[in-house]
Amino acid sequence: MKTQRIVSALGASLALVLAACGSDAKPAAVSTPKSTEAVTPAAETTPPAVASVAPEITSADTVAVQDTAAVANTAAAGDLGDGEGELNLIVWAGYAEDGSTDPAVDWVTPFEDETGCAVNVKIGNSSDEMVQLMQSGEYDGVSASGDATTRLIEGGEVAEIDTDLIPNYADVFDGLKLKPWNSVDGKPYGVPHGRGANLLVYNTEAFTTAPDSMSVMFAPDSPAAGGVSVYDSAIYIADAALYLMATQPDLGITNPYALDQTQFDAALALLGQQEGIASQYWALYTDQQAELEAGTVLAGTTWQVIVSLAEANGAKIAATKPKEGATGWSDTWMLSSKAQHPNCMYMWMNHIISPEANAQVAEWFGEAPSNAKACDLTSDGFCDNFHAEDDGYWDDVWYWTTATEKCLDGRTDVACVPYEEWVTAWAELRA
Amino acid sequence: MTVSSPSNPASNQVIPTASSAAARLSGFLRRRPRLALLSTIGAPVLWMLLVYIASLMLLVAAAFFKIGKSGKTTTEFTTENLRDAVTTSAYVQAVLRSLSIAAMVTGACFVIALPMAFYIVKIAKPSARRRLIVAVLLPLWAGYLVKGYAWKAIFTPDAGKRAARQGGGFLESMIGWTPGSGTLAVVITLTYLWLPYMVLPIYAGLERLPPSYLDASGDLGARPLRTFRSVIMPILIPSIAAGSIFTFALSLGDYITPKIVTGGKLQMIGNVIDTLQQQNQALSAALTLWPIAIIIVYLIGMARLKAFENI
Repeated sequence: MKTQRIVSALGASLALVLAACGSDAKPAAVSTPKSTEAVTPAAETTPPAVASVAPEITSADTVAVQDTAAVANTAAAGDLGDGEGELNLIVWAGYAEDGSTDPAVDWVTPFEDETGCAVNVKIGNSSDEMVQLMQSGEYDGVSASGDATTRLIEGGEVAEIDTDLIPNYADVFDGLKLKPWNSVDGKPYGVPHGRGANLLVYNTEAFTTAPDSMSVMFAPDSPAAGGVSVYDSAIYIADAALYLMATQPDLGITNPYALDQTQFDAALALLGQQEGIASQYWALYTDQQAELEAGTVLAGTTWQVIVSLAEANGAKIAATKPKEGATGWSDTWMLSSKAQHPNCMYMWMNHIISPEANAQVAEWFGEAPSNAKACDLTSDGFCDNFHAEDDGYWDDVWYWTTATEKCLDGRTDVACVPYEEWVTAWAELRA
Repeated sequence: MTVSSPSNPASNQVIPTASSAAARLSGFLRRRPRLALLSTIGAPVLWMLLVYIASLMLLVAAAFFKIGKSGKTTTEFTTENLRDAVTTSAYVQAVLRSLSIAAMVTGACFVIALPMAFYIVKIAKPSARRRLIVAVLLPLWAGYLVKGYAWKAIFTPDAGKRAARQGGGFLESMIGWTPGSGTLAVVITLTYLWLPYMVLPIYAGLERLPPSYLDASGDLGARPLRTFRSVIMPILIPSIAAGSIFTFALSLGDYITPKIVTGGKLQMIGNVIDTLQQQNQALSAALTLWPIAIIIVYLIGMARLKAFENI
């Protein structure tokens, strides 16, 4: 009886102590703003390189960007005001390296040091994931491919930008500016980051003579049958359409993203047939990399970055742009319409297309840079390899674009299949 | 903590008051058993309702929203998604494929688990029993992905027949045969993954089987097969049903194993849901109603076999 009492008394006092601690915790929570204060000194140290003609930081410094087009180019950056101390980005893997993958590969830390914007990176694994993440409204910006940009613009997820606030925009290749996937009615919705083609990768042991046609991906009697690696996304329907554009002119396809129902059905039929020779559908680039290294993939749709990574690990492969042309991407850094840190995002957009950062990211990712001056800073032959300055190379590269009901090739007598239907058609095909 | 220090000298007085307060509370609760019950299981029940039931309800609700331009969910009500999910033959086929795989895995687990459990309970030395059970459970401590990729490596077919690559995976190089990367490979991998969940309930069921029943059956002239059919099986059915809930439900909803083992070629219903959830959340939500419905029917069936008394 006595012990029981002691135990219960102990329990009660413990409860009291806990309760005391609990009420103690509150003042502690209140004191957390201190830690955010720590950010302010960092923001104050913003070097003159980017900004700070603006007055000393006022209390809530989330000043929206002023729409002062009259400002002279030279002073443009100063107009931006100070950074907000933080930046939340959605990026393709390899677009925002901070040295954690490879200590030598780092263009985020210099940006942070320069602007005081601490960068938080969220990797988006596909265009669809990026759109979904942007819809959450929790991010300041995104590196969106053309099959995402239209959706983001239409959905109101991203805002028009003022290129006067981005001095480096002037050096971007003209061939990338104000394109259907990064502008509306001649107004820019982002800055071009870089471009690349979806290449045809093949196993050099299986192919003694290099294939030059997409037929190894689609023909039932392909020498790669049983070892074909396909990109697992609705946008891949455009690859089939591109092949049909070359092999079945009767269908009258002039743009692989503008397919009427007949053309769309033909592409799907071709993809259905492809299932017979496919060995892999990859959505994560590392999945294809692993198969290339294992040698089980004989031919596939790939990105240069995958080829580089797999080759570094000893895969016996090579990649080429097929004679039919290729689909590709031209990525755009876009500013969220709900951005919490718009100034930091503007600074980032200026930074990432600066010759230095643009050269680094292009070499790391394996794509053509968007800034003409970046080519002076890349390694010898890099820009030639990636055809950065060779406009002719890009003539038959069809950048990922969101298909819409209004045909993108200008036809008005038919309705085209919109991307929403591409999505369900792809899901059904795969199921 | 700082608050408690000044009260230290007075703690002698605090203790009796606190304990009498506790006594009063316990008396109060004794007189109101419902309140007592609520105070103990209230929090977990609330948690269950909020986190589990409510989110499931949200999922169901999500199936009825219309998808607008650019794949964004609108607030417009529609039954279109549900209709698509139920009538599109490709989706129905994926459901049937998943069902048959789940059934095959459950069958295979049963066929393997029964003799295993029987051996552990009735044949192995009592001293070895614990070690054998640990051996059965051991694979559960290894990562799911690790096991998936391991099986993929085991199944890898020989690409050498076409390319200048030698070997293939373990099976190909050892016995010259491999299930490759199709349905069979998925069934084998899932059977391996979920087998312990079938062994354990059967083991528990057999442990409760009095040895005298088997002796009696033998004394009455029954052959082993007859003893199995008429004595062991009726007692084991609830255990098997309990085990099958795990193997069936886990297999039906799996989407990572098929992705790994078949390189994304074979699509179970989980894969279709996974593919669509980023691009068309509503249709994806509608498709989840398939496995939910199947599992509810399955659970009702198993409850009839008294499975829940044996989990």
